[in-house]
Amino acid sequence: MNTTIAGVRTIMQRELRAYFSTPVAWVFIVIFTVMAAAFTFYLGGFYQRGIADLEPFFRFHPWLYLFLVPALSMRLWAEERKSGTIELLLTLPVTLVEAIVGKFLAAWLFLGLALLLTVPIWFSVNYLGAPDNGVILAAYIGSWLMAGAFLAIGSCISALTRNQVVAFILSVVVCFGFLLSGLPIVLEAFRGWLPQVFVDGIANLSLISHFADISRGVLDLRDLVFFLLVIGFWLTANAIVLQLRKAD
Amino acid sequence: MIEAKALTRYFDRLLAVDNISFKVEPGCVLGFLGPNGAGKSTTMKMLTGFLAPSSGSAIINGHDIVSDSLQARRQIGYLPEGAPLYGEMTVLEFLDFIARARGFGGAEVRRKALAAADRLELAGVLQQTIETLSKGFKRRVGLAQAILHDPRVLILDEPTDGLDPNQKHHVRELIRSMSENRIIIVSTHILEEVDALCNRAMIIARGRVVADDTPAGLITRSRYHNAVTLKLGDLRAAASVLSKLPGVARVEISDDELTLFPHAQKQLLSAVTASIDKHGWAVDSIRLEEGRLDEVFRDITRGEPAHKEAA
Repeated sequence: MNTTIAGVRTIMQRELRAYFSTPVAWVFIVIFTVMAAAFTFYLGGFYQRGIADLEPFFRFHPWLYLFLVPALSMRLWAEERKSGTIELLLTLPVTLVEAIVGKFLAAWLFLGLALLLTVPIWFSVNYLGAPDNGVILAAYIGSWLMAGAFLAIGSCISALTRNQVVAFILSVVVCFGFLLSGLPIVLEAFRGWLPQVFVDGIANLSLISHFADISRGVLDLRDLVFFLLVIGFWLTANAIVLQLRKAD
Repeated sequence: MIEAKALTRYFDRLLAVDNISFKVEPGCVLGFLGPNGAGKSTTMKMLTGFLAPSSGSAIINGHDIVSDSLQARRQIGYLPEGAPLYGEMTVLEFLDFIARARGFGGAEVRRKALAAADRLELAGVLQQTIETLSKGFKRRVGLAQAILHDPRVLILDEPTDGLDPNQKHHVRELIRSMSENRIIIVSTHILEEVDALCNRAMIIARGRVVADDTPAGLITRSRYHNAVTLKLGDLRAAASVLSKLPGVARVEISDDELTLFPHAQKQLLSAVTASIDKHGWAVDSIRLEEGRLDEVFRDITRGEPAHKEAA
């Protein structure tokens, strides 16, 4: 299809503008930064550990995203369906791919912005000690990629329904599944009756384990590709869902 | 030109549009008329590229809506049913967005947005958030986005639905003012709108085109066409006299009125007035009926005559 940068940009700009012309952006940013800080200091024991790194900060990102990203993604398509603007949008000379990618990028950039606003904590740890800033940078990139994966899942699920609450709940559940799939407790449950190949496959789908690699400072190409593939897969599914269920 | 070729659409197993074909030339304001759920909107959604036909296709100014969807969509300005808009944007932001999405760039974006706003008299509300506007203004914003790129084809799904009489009038004026050299397709279930606006009317029922005619042509199908209706004191006496006039097929009395139906192609008015003079009746009113569109509509869409119970 004739996907153009201009088309993607037009959609993306509209979306970003929509975030900031409603309370969505401000509420999200405040909650995200406050909760990230709270987790770091209270649950993560940032000071008590006495180590100059941001491990207690990044450790909670998957759990923060689990609820906050679906809250952002639930409106992506469900709202267009509910208000009928999907008909306006998709009868403009804009391709489906441009619309999906534009919306996704807007939300992803927005999450990137929220993440950037936590940078003071990076300054603090540099003030308090001498952390490995390479590791921290890698962790930031990994965190953003993981957010993108959650977002792609949420975007696809949002296209399934016109009800934002349904989109939210389903997205949380699916994201939860992808988070947990790497934990021993889940893998044990499968190990009894699935061949090892599949168990490894399930473990490999886990967003947490890939994020853990990156946040240790190992920017492995395989982890990057993994996140990009997850995003690509879910956005493709998003396009198929929209194509099939436009009129509902 | 628009050419629809055997457009068909199923929703699951429900047949919503059944093999609709038609051609429309520029200058034509075509009214899609039909009961709710008849398939008007679905047909429009296929023409505008929102829904893919289950089978069949349509050509919009040489571009196939299925194989050349993007080009086909560029030809069209579309007002979807209910005029959905991005409520959180201001009118100007929204029109700018539409201009960009329509492929305009640079200074052209704002110029097109302002020109469309001007055309719909939106200058006073440009900086207002769309969701704070009244229904009439929202509809005008919807129309402004549809005409922004000066399309050759305008498809408007119930453009006056839910508006008050003044707003309806205004929207009709606008549509009429844009009709020259364009193809305009308007759907409605308001009958007088077809009469006021369209030079061609297609009645759609159960997914099919059941009539395709000019509004005047549709009216002549009414049994009231050329009937004469009188209001006077002694209806019964007058009825028995008038029913014997040559050319009168039938007489009906309803409430305080008496209606004389002619045999096909017969004119009754002069004979009736002569008879009134002769008998010296005091007539309150007399009128020649043009025909009743609502009756034609009911007849055609229900597939059975609406006047069986009479006689």
